[in-house]
Amino acid sequence: MATTDTSPVSAAPPRPSAASRFFDKAGMLLVLAILFIGCAVGVDNFFSWVNMKGLALAVSMTGMVSCTMLFCLAAGDFDLSIGSVVACAGVLTAVVINHTGSITLGVLAGLGSGALVGALNGYVVARLRINALITTLATMQIVRGFGFIVSDGKAVGIGREAFFTLGNSSLLGIPTPIWITVACFAVFGFILNRTVFGRDTLAVGGNSEAAHLAGIAVDRIKIVIFTAQGVMAAFAGIVLASRFTSGQPNTNQGFELEVISACVLGGVSLTGGIGSMAFVIAGVLIMGIVQNAMNLLNVPTFYQYVARGVILLAAVLFDRWKRRKQ
Amino acid sequence: MSSATLAFDRVAKEFPGVKALDDVSFAVNAGSIHALMGENGAGKSTLLKILSGAYTPTGGSLVIGGQPCVFHDTADALAAGVAVIYQELHLVPEMSVAENLFLGHLPQRLGIVDRRALAAAARKQLELIGEAIDPWTKLGRLPLAQRQMVEIAKALTRGARIIAFDEPTSSLSDREVRRLFTIIRDLRARGCTVLYVSHRMEEIFELCDRITILRDGRHVETSELANLTRDAVVQRMVGRKLADIYNYTPRPGAGGGLAVEGLAGPGLAEPCSFAAEAGEIFGFFGLVGAGRSELMRLIYGAAAKTAGRVTVAGREVAVASPRDAIQSGIVLCPEDRKKEGIVPVRSVLENTNLSARRRKARGGMLIDETWEQANARERVDQLRVRTPSLQQLIRNLSGGNQQKVILGRWLSETVKVILLDEPTRGIDVGAKSEIYTIMQNLAKSGVCVIVVSSELPEVLGVSDRIAVMRQGKIAAIVNRADATEEQLLKLALPLETARAS
Ligand SMILES: Nc1ncnc2c1ncn2[C@@H]1O[C@H](COP(=O)(O)OP(=O)(O)OP(=O)(O)O)[C@@H](O)[C@H]1O
Ligand SMILES: [Mg+2]
Repeated sequence: MATTDTSPVSAAPPRPSAASRFFDKAGMLLVLAILFIGCAVGVDNFFSWVNMKGLALAVSMTGMVSCTMLFCLAAGDFDLSIGSVVACAGVLTAVVINHTGSITLGVLAGLGSGALVGALNGYVVARLRINALITTLATMQIVRGFGFIVSDGKAVGIGREAFFTLGNSSLLGIPTPIWITVACFAVFGFILNRTVFGRDTLAVGGNSEAAHLAGIAVDRIKIVIFTAQGVMAAFAGIVLASRFTSGQPNTNQGFELEVISACVLGGVSLTGGIGSMAFVIAGVLIMGIVQNAMNLLNVPTFYQYVARGVILLAAVLFDRWKRRKQ
Repeated sequence: MSSATLAFDRVAKEFPGVKALDDVSFAVNAGSIHALMGENGAGKSTLLKILSGAYTPTGGSLVIGGQPCVFHDTADALAAGVAVIYQELHLVPEMSVAENLFLGHLPQRLGIVDRRALAAAARKQLELIGEAIDPWTKLGRLPLAQRQMVEIAKALTRGARIIAFDEPTSSLSDREVRRLFTIIRDLRARGCTVLYVSHRMEEIFELCDRITILRDGRHVETSELANLTRDAVVQRMVGRKLADIYNYTPRPGAGGGLAVEGLAGPGLAEPCSFAAEAGEIFGFFGLVGAGRSELMRLIYGAAAKTAGRVTVAGREVAVASPRDAIQSGIVLCPEDRKKEGIVPVRSVLENTNLSARRRKARGGMLIDETWEQANARERVDQLRVRTPSLQQLIRNLSGGNQQKVILGRWLSETVKVILLDEPTRGIDVGAKSEIYTIMQNLAKSGVCVIVVSSELPEVLGVSDRIAVMRQGKIAAIVNRADATEEQLLKLALPLETARAS
């Protein structure tokens, strides 16, 4: 050693107070808890079994798709095509089931269409280096158009009743779509936190050049994420078609913004690199609770739009303020 | 009246978990060049950010012209005649030089930018610092050194009387450093007060009048530089004596290693060939822009080669991407840590393990938490990274400590060849000597160590052999025993200038 003496590695630093650390960590979860208790106390019928079930069912779609959107945002990208994929996959499934009589083929066709769109998005964004906003804005319209073409612009009723169990059955008194959503939260949360893929995703979003130089297969990760996103959206579309007993080409316009809002509310950074599943769940639930409470309070739809926008803005400002304070 | 135009009065700055500055008081004489030195994480940049208004101190204040003041943003500081020139420049690369100079107060007529007046004013400002740059050049087109000049000119257009520099020379060539020094001395002659942060001891002794030394966020000493020796400065900075920092011991070469044959690609003027043995430390010297980093990137697969072969331990390796390179046992610690190294929003732990965790994962997929903790802890200790915890976001570390974490990332890998591109840039003297020791140990264990450096003493101090690059090609390869500073410099200079001088 060239040194003749050693000094300690780092002095013991002062720690921030436990309260402020908790506040930093728990921010949105705290808001969620307060909101929930507030609604339970202040809004009639809110905290009833039937309403809770309805609320969970209402957020189940957003919940499922926000799992993959979390990955997409964490990797520094975005996907606007999901609303269209939901509709198109639902319609395609309906059409294929009606034509072939096979539920399996119908579901495969629906999922396949989602995978195809997702892979296309991923390829264009990762390999051709086109901005994700523009790429998915384009596919959003293309896919919406396909949905209309396939269905001739009309809802497609589905002839096979067995298909409806996916969306309308229950397990232990809780509707299947809710179980599916919970499973998605668990699986994708695990992938994000505990697997190399999940951590690499965050690194890609945080600095893709550094990630590339650290040997992370940036392009492959992006393509996988977009493909998963497409499949997930298609799956949500199939569940929806099953619930509605038909494929509807018009459905879920603006869904992408709802999902992205929920993620942002959950503290996912739009510039990538930051995000956690717990907070996305909080974001999804906050959105859902507000919507649900407004319905119970008979707030007119027009005002609901305003309220949702205000909440999103408030959440982002709150987040900014919290970060400033540090 | 005291002659101090600028003083720090019990300045303190606390971040969550870190006391970056603790009760720092000292005065800077008007019209002098004042050095600020200290280990990585000592608080130098934080002090300058307080001076520029980027941070508000949590205690104490600045005293300018006898008036205590606290800046809340950079506009406050500019209004008080203070400008800080950071290493990452705060200019808009897409705009012209003229627009950059007058950004925020462009000369205008009825709300329309007066381009004539702008160009004239810009030309005048550039002349003041002796730069003949066309004011309509896009800033992004200029080399870094000239951009820095533009930043200085910009500070002067705002009427700055106190100008601080944070490690301004770390990516400049020798000649550019000379230019910068001339300008800084010029500033002093015009009565400006200059605060100068650098880890390069030679620069400090050449340029500065007085020095303040910080350690662990505390003020250690302020005195005339003439009263101090280099060793004394180091001793006060590091709190201990440093012996021969290069710690060179000859090692037998072991054959094998890295062989590069006819490698060609972007940034190289002609195909490059060299062979470095396992157990050898092979230096690359050259001026900034000589193609050294480009060559490293080609070997590492970060840039696409157009021709050539790379052999590791006698076997040809197909490297099409950094991932391939790592798999074949080659790693590169990149030059530009901000752009190519750190993932700013992730923790020290994640940044350390970014690459090696793939091979340590259970079943190739699941993160091994125990290994991650142990490895990050080991690197942090080995390189003396100053961080309150492994969970700290790397962007909250000081510049030099970020560099150490990136180095730690590559020391976590078991490799055959390690390419180090300016590994000690921005790193304090104490830590430098540790990094040299680590390089020696790597070489001793049979790793082929390639070091790119623009610092002559460093290249001469650590390398067994030295390749000199000039204008995109390897000009010569020299043995340690035969190498002298003059000879290497001569080899590195572009031919026309060499003839001219
Ligand atoms: N935004 C921040 N949040 C938390 N800690 C910070 C922040 N900025 C700086 N620090 C801490 O304050 C200390 C001083 O950092 P500073 O950047 O001033 O060091 P420095 O003397 O400039 O070091 P270097 O020579 O490496 O550039 C470091 O321990 C650093 O980790
Ligand atoms: Mg610094």
